[in-house]
Amino acid sequence: MNWHATISLFGSVAIIFIIGLFASRKSKTSTSFIQDYYLGGRSLGGFVLAMTMTATYGSASSFIGGPGVAYNEGLGWVLLSVTQVATGYFTLMILGKKFAIITKQYNAVTMVDFLKERYQSKWVVVLSSFSIVIFLFSAMAAQWIGGGRLIQSLTGLSYDGALFIFVITVLIYVTFGGFRAVTLTDSIQGTIMFIGTLVLLIAVIIAGGGVTEIMTKLQVENPNLITPFGADGTLTKAYVSSYWVLVGVGVVALPQIAVRAMSYRSTKSFHRALIIGTIVVGFIMLNMHLIGVFARAVLPGIEVGDKVMPLIALDVLPPWVAGFVLAAPLAAIMSTVDSLLLLVSSTIVKDIYINYINPNVTRKKVQILSMSITAILGIIVFLLAINPPDLIIWLNLFAIGGLEAAFIWPIVMGLYWDKGNRFGALASMIVGISSYILFQAYYPDPFGMHTVVSSIVLSFVSYIGFSLVMKNRIQ
Amino acid sequence: MNKPNLNKKDPRFKIANREALVGIGLVLFNFIWWYGFAYGLGSQDVNEYNYVFGFPAWFFYSCIIGVTIMAILVFIIVKFFFVDVSFDEEGFEDK
Repeated sequence: MNWHATISLFGSVAIIFIIGLFASRKSKTSTSFIQDYYLGGRSLGGFVLAMTMTATYGSASSFIGGPGVAYNEGLGWVLLSVTQVATGYFTLMILGKKFAIITKQYNAVTMVDFLKERYQSKWVVVLSSFSIVIFLFSAMAAQWIGGGRLIQSLTGLSYDGALFIFVITVLIYVTFGGFRAVTLTDSIQGTIMFIGTLVLLIAVIIAGGGVTEIMTKLQVENPNLITPFGADGTLTKAYVSSYWVLVGVGVVALPQIAVRAMSYRSTKSFHRALIIGTIVVGFIMLNMHLIGVFARAVLPGIEVGDKVMPLIALDVLPPWVAGFVLAAPLAAIMSTVDSLLLLVSSTIVKDIYINYINPNVTRKKVQILSMSITAILGIIVFLLAINPPDLIIWLNLFAIGGLEAAFIWPIVMGLYWDKGNRFGALASMIVGISSYILFQAYYPDPFGMHTVVSSIVLSFVSYIGFSLVMKNRIQ
Repeated sequence: MNKPNLNKKDPRFKIANREALVGIGLVLFNFIWWYGFAYGLGSQDVNEYNYVFGFPAWFFYSCIIGVTIMAILVFIIVKFFFVDVSFDEEGFEDK
């Protein structure tokens, strides 16, 4: 066990927490608990918005799983990962001002609120809530696992023990803090992620003897590592390009991202967030995966991909600094997990309970209900994560693809196409999800592209088709 | 059945629609740049690769320069072409 690294890791995390809890105390004055707990009272500034988008999106897969794959695949995987720079500007620009204006008119707090008001259909609400709960659950399990792995390789605790520590800390503060605490700590975590990436990058380059030296070593080991095609040449053009849909433009449809696009204070904050977000996401995605590739030249022969990041940090940095740098992925994982937890909890409390079970619930009761559901959800995911698969990235990508196939057209077309109606939205969600699951199970990656591409095309056709054919049934 | 309070003539929507199109344009440009350099320079034989600052040229231009260019482009476009609107009432802020 590495005491110095452990202490500085948990020290950094503790400071983040204290600030988060302090912030949530300050926020208790506002009038609507729901608006406040789940949306931070629509008052995010530009820096906080950019950082919370980055920190929510940059998760275990970008800090632990992703670099682990890059370690095995070489520069081809970095090429694939930089497609994520699009999330920095595209998501905010597409949802943009229109989403913020409309959700404010609708008084919508969640993405499901927006869909409910836009399509006026109980079934749209039920189906979308259901898919959020199912898919985000698997996404959360993936994050839990990443967090557990990280603490495990640093402290030498057993996986179960590490997972337990991780879950307890996250639960305590999400449950009590709510959205504002989460977004505020997100901006600190985003900053740590940025600095941590930079420090680690420099240290790895120095340890490897410079970029030229590292590239030569990689080429000697396997020339494919420095081509765009992956270690055994299996990363085809079509497959890598299809990640533009999965982790680039499709991210528009992720509820945890969309909810942030309605929570900013003014267009000034929005503009600043666009600029900061693009820089930060681009920098982190490019360099984190690059570090994974470099690590192969410095520290060859690591078997479990998920352990590459912790091991390389401990190898090239003094322990105190390694602990601080590793707080970056831990921060990323926590901020993803806490946003997902809040989102699933808001879906259950706000979209299902208040909409259909008990509309006249008191503020006090909503408060207790929100907090206890958040806590219970966390415990269930913990139980799921105890027996984890090896590479968390696939689990995570499965969830992301499913949500994108379900929601991209109901959101985007709902905003920009007046003729879109509830039949189109329902058809598009059903076709999107079921085709995604069926393809994944029986015919993965049609046409050599990631499954999500085919599902999104099918759900687009369904949205347009059903909206037009059924338009006379509306009224 | 559409929302009564959803005013289609809201002038803010025209701005929002234009900016969404800018987003699509940017992502297309980003993709072409990325694809062109990665597979244009990266498809040749490994022993023929050129290197820039130690990186294979395809990687340097496609990824490192690609990300930098997008950050600069977004900065310029947002600074000079995006318009501030008010979220409180209909219409524009006096600025």
